Amino acid sequence: MDFQVVILAGGFSSNLVPLVSKEVPKALLPVANRPVLSYVLDLLESNNLKDLIVVVEGEDAALKVGGWISSACVDRLHVEVAAVAENIGTAGALRAIAHHLTAKDILIVSGDIVSDIPPGAVAATHRRHDAVVTVMLCAQPVSGPSESGGSSGKDKTKKPACEDIVGLDSWKQFLLYIAKGTEIKKDTRVNKSILCAAGKMELRSDLMDSHIYAFKRSVLQEVLDQKPAFRSLKQDVLPYLVRTQLRSDVSSDQNNVEENGNGKDNMQNNEVVLSQILSNASLPSFHQVYESGLDSRKTHKCCVYIADESKIFVRLNSIQAFMDVNRDVIGDANHLSGYSFSAHHNIVHPSAELGSKTTVGPHCMLGEGSQVGDKCSVKRSVIGRHCRIGSNVKIVNSVVMDHATIGDGCSIQGSVICSNAQLQERATLRDCQVEAGYIVCAGGEHKGETFARR
Amino acid sequence: MESRRNPRAVVDPKVRQVGFFTSSQPDSSSTQQQTEPISASASASSPPVSTISPSGNSLSPVMIPPPRLNSSDTFPLRNAAAGATSAVSPSSFSYSNRRDFPDGSTTASPGRHSRGSFVKSSAPVASSLPGIGMDSMAAAKSSSVPASGLTTVSVVTMPPGLAENASGMEVQSDQKKNSKSLKEKTTKAERRAIQEAQRAAKAAAKADGGKVPPGTSASLASTSVKVAKPAKPSTQKNEVAVSAGVTEKKGGPSEKDRKKDAPHPRMQYDDESRVVKAKRRAVVKQTEAKNRVELFRHLPQYEHGTQLPDLEAKFFQLDPMHPAVYKVGLQYLSGDISGGNARCIAMLQAFQDVIKDYSTPPEKNLNRDMTSKISSYVSFLIECRPLSISMGNAIRFVKNRIAKLPITLSESEAKAALQSDIERFINDKIIGADMVIVKHAVTKIRDGDVLLTYGSPTAVEMILLHAHELKKKFRVLVVDSRPKLEGQLLLRRLIKRGISCTYTHINAISYIMHEVTKVFLGASSVLSNGTVYSRVGTACVAMVASAFRVPVLLCCEAYKFHERVQLDSICSNELGDPNAISKVHGREDINYLDGLTNNANLQFLNLMYDATPSDYISMIITDYGMVPPTSVPVIVREYQKEHLLV
Repeated sequence: MDFQVVILAGGFSSNLVPLVSKEVPKALLPVANRPVLSYVLDLLESNNLKDLIVVVEGEDAALKVGGWISSACVDRLHVEVAAVAENIGTAGALRAIAHHLTAKDILIVSGDIVSDIPPGAVAATHRRHDAVVTVMLCAQPVSGPSESGGSSGKDKTKKPACEDIVGLDSWKQFLLYIAKGTEIKKDTRVNKSILCAAGKMELRSDLMDSHIYAFKRSVLQEVLDQKPAFRSLKQDVLPYLVRTQLRSDVSSDQNNVEENGNGKDNMQNNEVVLSQILSNASLPSFHQVYESGLDSRKTHKCCVYIADESKIFVRLNSIQAFMDVNRDVIGDANHLSGYSFSAHHNIVHPSAELGSKTTVGPHCMLGEGSQVGDKCSVKRSVIGRHCRIGSNVKIVNSVVMDHATIGDGCSIQGSVICSNAQLQERATLRDCQVEAGYIVCAGGEHKGETFARR
Repeated sequence: MESRRNPRAVVDPKVRQVGFFTSSQPDSSSTQQQTEPISASASASSPPVSTISPSGNSLSPVMIPPPRLNSSDTFPLRNAAAGATSAVSPSSFSYSNRRDFPDGSTTASPGRHSRGSFVKSSAPVASSLPGIGMDSMAAAKSSSVPASGLTTVSVVTMPPGLAENASGMEVQSDQKKNSKSLKEKTTKAERRAIQEAQRAAKAAAKADGGKVPPGTSASLASTSVKVAKPAKPSTQKNEVAVSAGVTEKKGGPSEKDRKKDAPHPRMQYDDESRVVKAKRRAVVKQTEAKNRVELFRHLPQYEHGTQLPDLEAKFFQLDPMHPAVYKVGLQYLSGDISGGNARCIAMLQAFQDVIKDYSTPPEKNLNRDMTSKISSYVSFLIECRPLSISMGNAIRFVKNRIAKLPITLSESEAKAALQSDIERFINDKIIGADMVIVKHAVTKIRDGDVLLTYGSPTAVEMILLHAHELKKKFRVLVVDSRPKLEGQLLLRRLIKRGISCTYTHINAISYIMHEVTKVFLGASSVLSNGTVYSRVGTACVAMVASAFRVPVLLCCEAYKFHERVQLDSICSNELGDPNAISKVHGREDINYLDGLTNNANLQFLNLMYDATPSDYISMIITDYGMVPPTSVPVIVREYQKEHLLV
């Protein structure tokens, strides 16, 4: 279909700090004991996209990610990993790999999404309107822990009231305005000409940019070349394209070719009539109306695809989101996890050992080779592989990654225990994050702390 | 089925027959009743004949006689079917593949990570290993403007076929497996038994009044497809396209003979088993609208809004579909392109792209393979929206050209020849024809005329614009109708050129007709009895005009002519979105019909086309000149052959 897929997998993201480490870049953070990247890859694979470029920030991260992909996806996907310098932003990353992009359109997917929205829909909308950029918007996810979890984590990462503010035309096809909700303090500027041309703009704050974009390659590359200051796709490139959609200077030549159709520019009378028939056949978008009103103006289209509300979409971009994703994948969105659930709505690997009187509740997951001592209680939690958990341990709403050791009598609530971490006896953690390899001393009571080595 | 049709044919002559019936029809249907018991047993062998020919069905609104190359038409189908069944095993295979992945067999634990436990990967993979890859990475790092290199970390070494099929296309694997195994096992007698069982089941379902549970009927139908296959080539022979709604399924030997000569009956959407079958083949998921008007049950009508998201979602999964074709299909489905000429041109241009990107697979013949490709694209387009007759003619032309390609031609030559043929078709038959029509029609416009047009016909628009350029002084009345309101677009363009216009809706037609001096209409098709098949409302306009003795001039390119005969607009028509007529754009307060869509006592009917009898047409302006409607068969007879040859 002449689409190239670029996955922006990020590097060691700073807002996930105790969770990511030298060993585990963001893309490999486990969600239900699978790296988050695998959800993206599965989604793409199920859509028959098998030729992927994964862009990772930093060489170390690239090596890690590349190593994992090659072990997991060999024979299934054709993946190429590109390492780019850190902190150059999404636009910078694309600039770095620009010379590898050859297809007509580029599908850019963030590497940290867990979703079941088919990316084909974005691509199809993109093609249908012959747009310069198509953005997928989805409903804001419900953040925060589930009701049973109490108020844990709420004080930690409070979501802003609205993430993005988007302006749509009355048919909900075109993007007229986009801004980050947090950036808007008091007032904002809306392009008047766009508003006049579209007639009506619907401003919505309940939709969120999902970081799945389809770009026309030539336009994207042109913008990246012309505006070296642009760092981020979302904050620079996209608003720029939206802003200039009625006075397009970047893509004018492309549009020309597109409109004259089929590349043949022998200005025959027939060709003119032909394109006229075709354009008359369809309901003109406001772009065309505007264009015809003012001669010699070029426009380009910025489209949106609004995902169905029943679809699941979560981005793993904060610690809270990490908890949410783990909860959802084991709970409501369990079809994404690819596991088959037992009758108790949980997954206990056959090789896991459970002590006597230990209960594993619904929406739980117990990885391969993990041992759980006597009289433990595990609720709504994900426990990784080869964990050793002592007796009388209570784990609620938490994520325990591989090879963690938890001593007797510990109580863990709403926390993340990274791999190889160790909790000594009777430690009580609530809304804490424990870095990989960290040792929490015995008997301590902690609330809302982050354990990390300096 | 019997219970409904026979009484219609015999007892109650007043009820209009759906479809066309040849003269022998009444006789055969009356004999049918007498011979019912016999025919029932005899028909055990006949269903294969009627249940086959999916290609004929899929080309629904237009009956395209199969191209002369019989085998070329039958082979692709069989290929497609084979492809579909073969897709079963890989898909289930890949599924299991994915299933065992989370269990940890392939995901490496952190420990395994660093060791790099991948064996099959080739050299570039090795470079991504922590140990070795460092220097290449470092090189990338050293440049300040980082142009990063790509490292291939995972390569697909699967056989391509497997990889393609491994996608999650909604293959109903269970059913197919069932049917496949059934087919393998059954002997002739058993197959007959199965058919009997099917019939019984169907009758039972009918009696219940409810629907056949989709699962069972699907599996039953699928078996019948498999069984029916051997008989297929026999019905491909016919060249005459005469009747549409020939009754299927029953009838004695005489009818069977007749059936051989009859064309593929168009898909009758009230025939449940066929619908189920068609659905299995369908690329676009189609949910049939439940609440349909009885008289139009035989036409496809789908729940609006269900198709588009589904098709969009499958964008990357339709591997064999060419992007250009896909785009056109999407545009048909979403209504971005409408209008006979535009749809035809868009389709032909997509086919040009297809031909440009085509390369003959090894051990295949270009003529045959490309015909099958085009056929599969066409059936996809039909799923998006039923073909117009003009498109049918264009497809016939393309297929004909492909079939007629000399075998000695090299691939590039053949492709170039086909592309230029299509180009020529667009230029000569559509645009050139419009030019000629404009030239003829302009002579009919005099100063002071008041011209009425309905909807937004391309040819008429060109005429009006040209007449205006010639400084003729006339006024235009644009008559429009809900829900598409295409006239508004025409109006906008006419006003921009400075033509004085009046705009009204069709319900004011009798009032406005007083001042009209000429009526210019467009058409979707002109049939060989002179009947004009056009946007719904055209008949009304033409009839009012003729009642007021206003001449009706119909502008239609000759490629839209068809040899079919049609007396009414029931047997062949298209149903639009039923919800479109219940909503008034821009008036949210008019919502009296909200929530009544699924009310059993209310059925919405949004017809797209109607048939205008030739009596109401004064003249047809076509690229062969200005002719009376009675001359259409002459043009079809004399020029259609030549037009196929070009």
